[in-house]
Amino acid sequence: MSHIIVHIVLILGLPPLLLGVIGKTKALFAGRVGPPLFQAYYDLAKLFRKGSVFSTTTTWVFRAGPIVGLVTALLAGMLVPLGNHSAPVSFSGDLILFAYLFALGRFFTASAALDTGSAFEGMGAAREVTFSCLAEPALFFGFLVLAKLSGSLSLTGMLDGPFPKGWGVAGASLVLVAASLFIVLLVENSRIPFDDPNTHLELTMIHEVMVLDHSGPSLGMILYGASVKLFVMGALLMRIVAPFESGNAWVDWGLFVAGMLALAMVIGVVESVMARFRLVFVPTFLVAACLLSAFGIVLLLR
Amino acid sequence: MSAAPQLATLRNGVARARREIPDLDWPQFRSAILDGVAGGAYVTAMFGHMPNVDDVVEIYVVLADREGGQLHGAKTRVCGDVFPSLTPECPQVHLFEREIAEQFGLRPEGHPWLKPVRFVKSQRAGHDAWGRSTSEQPLIGVMNFYRVEGEEVHEVAVGPIHAGVIEPGHFRFQCHGEHVFHLEISLGYQHRGVERALVGGPDKRTIHYMETLAGDTTIGHATAYCQVVEALAGCKPPARAQVLRGVALELERLANHTGDLGALAGDVGFLPTSSYCGRLRGDFLNMTARLCGSRFGRGLVRPGGVAFDADGTRTEELLKSLQTAMSDVTSAVGLLWDSSSVMSRFEDTGKVSLEVCEELGLVGPAARACGAEGDIRNDFPLGIYRFSHIPVSTANTGDVFARAYVRWLEIQRSADFVREQLQMLAGGTTLTTPGELAADSFVVSLVEGWRGKICHVAMTDERRRITRYKVIDPSFHNWMGLAMALRNQQISDFPLCNKSFNLSYCGHDL
Repeated sequence: MSHIIVHIVLILGLPPLLLGVIGKTKALFAGRVGPPLFQAYYDLAKLFRKGSVFSTTTTWVFRAGPIVGLVTALLAGMLVPLGNHSAPVSFSGDLILFAYLFALGRFFTASAALDTGSAFEGMGAAREVTFSCLAEPALFFGFLVLAKLSGSLSLTGMLDGPFPKGWGVAGASLVLVAASLFIVLLVENSRIPFDDPNTHLELTMIHEVMVLDHSGPSLGMILYGASVKLFVMGALLMRIVAPFESGNAWVDWGLFVAGMLALAMVIGVVESVMARFRLVFVPTFLVAACLLSAFGIVLLLR
Repeated sequence: MSAAPQLATLRNGVARARREIPDLDWPQFRSAILDGVAGGAYVTAMFGHMPNVDDVVEIYVVLADREGGQLHGAKTRVCGDVFPSLTPECPQVHLFEREIAEQFGLRPEGHPWLKPVRFVKSQRAGHDAWGRSTSEQPLIGVMNFYRVEGEEVHEVAVGPIHAGVIEPGHFRFQCHGEHVFHLEISLGYQHRGVERALVGGPDKRTIHYMETLAGDTTIGHATAYCQVVEALAGCKPPARAQVLRGVALELERLANHTGDLGALAGDVGFLPTSSYCGRLRGDFLNMTARLCGSRFGRGLVRPGGVAFDADGTRTEELLKSLQTAMSDVTSAVGLLWDSSSVMSRFEDTGKVSLEVCEELGLVGPAARACGAEGDIRNDFPLGIYRFSHIPVSTANTGDVFARAYVRWLEIQRSADFVREQLQMLAGGTTLTTPGELAADSFVVSLVEGWRGKICHVAMTDERRRITRYKVIDPSFHNWMGLAMALRNQQISDFPLCNKSFNLSYCGHDL
């Protein structure tokens, strides 16, 4: 029971810290001090205190977008095991629910963007939907590898089972899957080189342009939801990459948190040393991610 | 190479009597321009002027030869409300003609793209080129925009208020998905009537108008103005002042080019160069501040010389900070060329061919990136540039990479120049007092600002006051180049292309 509480506390409390770590890492590379580690928390606190402005051309869909986005991300967080601790909710086939919870959130975010009737937001929604179409198969191919390896169709079963001995059996497949999931993680969370979360140039944005019209608590929910999504997908990836177990359940929690912070640093480093891809090349990289996972399956079936 | 013989030959920064500018009839005027341009000359200025006689509008033109440092001037008189447009045969004059149409209610018959430039009222009461009511102020941005029709074509309108803290301008894209067919740019939001405010001058305010024509080109415009006054007053600024002006102009170039390279890196999300160049731009601005107390060089260049001298210790300090800044810039900018992810964004993005560049008469680094070799410091040198030459930096691909790389080449040349000049600074005074301006005179002054060719044309009346002052910022020539660069590009590459030109809104709107 206490582990379930820790799970919920981490899902609710830790995600904004990842944004802080990414920000600090980037600042380090840029030779700046950078915003405080807890800046995302301050931002959220500020936004939730504010009022909201809603355009008169929008409907309930616009207001529902951020709420659905946040709730789906949190629900997905209940399905994913953190470190070697089982997820609070687990059943056979929950990986389908996991993937489509994100799809549902995206559907509402994109609908909310279209609801404003702005040319920019329509453009952003078109880009987001196009790219996620390609990211989804990559994710599923990855799940397929894990399912085959563990013989289980639930996230907890998949991620608990084959590790760490899976690395000995099917190391090559897992490397491919990890690479593919890292690309999916960067795309889904609008990080460089696929999107630039810090840009102010509305014509180049993907995710950011969809939420231009949100303000106050709605914007807060979007930011918070985005960080939860990063956290959940990161947890999935970290379990594959670093399946360490100490034997002591509480030390494992510490290992998990350390792993997540390390992942945030890696993302920060990637963002610091690379420029964004040209938008037309993004689908190419997503297809590459699909192929990586697909080869992972091929290697297992041989 | 030289223009038709019936034009008056002018030199950069040398005054001529107004009566020496030949008054041609329309066919002569027209063939003079067409022949000149066919012979390789650029239309540097073309503007209307309303002398106080009834309804006649005079149109002046200044052509610049490619080589030999000669300018050619002529004028013609237009009675009535129309004149035949030259644009179909000479696209370089398209914006000049639109400006004349707007300011004087003269309709260039046959102009393919006749739209307002700054949305101002015609100076000739009761005449408007678009037949709008002349009693009300035209609304900015209200005009017939070009539209591509079709089920799948959509229009994206950006601005005049942008997501970043930048100047206002309106952009309309005709898109098919991410693909841009056409971009139309509509400016005028920054129009403040500077040219009309200068009439009757020079007075105490004139120099301040000049320094703020385009805030980032303070030294460039102030120098162009001072050259005008000095030419009209027959005054020669001291050698030391000439050197300091050159140093300040190159420091301005260094600061802006460095800032641009950083901003280009920022637009593709390349963090290291972006943040280092942002700081280094500040270092160069601070060097200008060491010279005169203002980071943008306000108050430095004055008619007759410069208002601040650089003593020995200050020169030493400048040399030292130049060295540190340059070694930092070298490593920060080097990262750009060494990163394949950056190069893949820069190369082949926003291409402008040399033909288009020549047809439109683009200027500055944007033109040199297409392979055009024009540089005022080299072609029409004045002041220190007559004695100390700066090699012209060009590239030939005409894309974002070329525009970035030309900037980097110019940064190196400018730094060498500043170092050399500061090391052997001439002695003597820095400021003389120009006397009264010559009456009834005409002068053209050209300066290579960091954005390109700055052209000021001034005419005085019999009372020795300015009766017409025309400012042509490099942006005036180049905005159309940006629109052409965007054809068949991805709309998401617009910010990058825009930054690679980095044009001034207020310099265009005046």
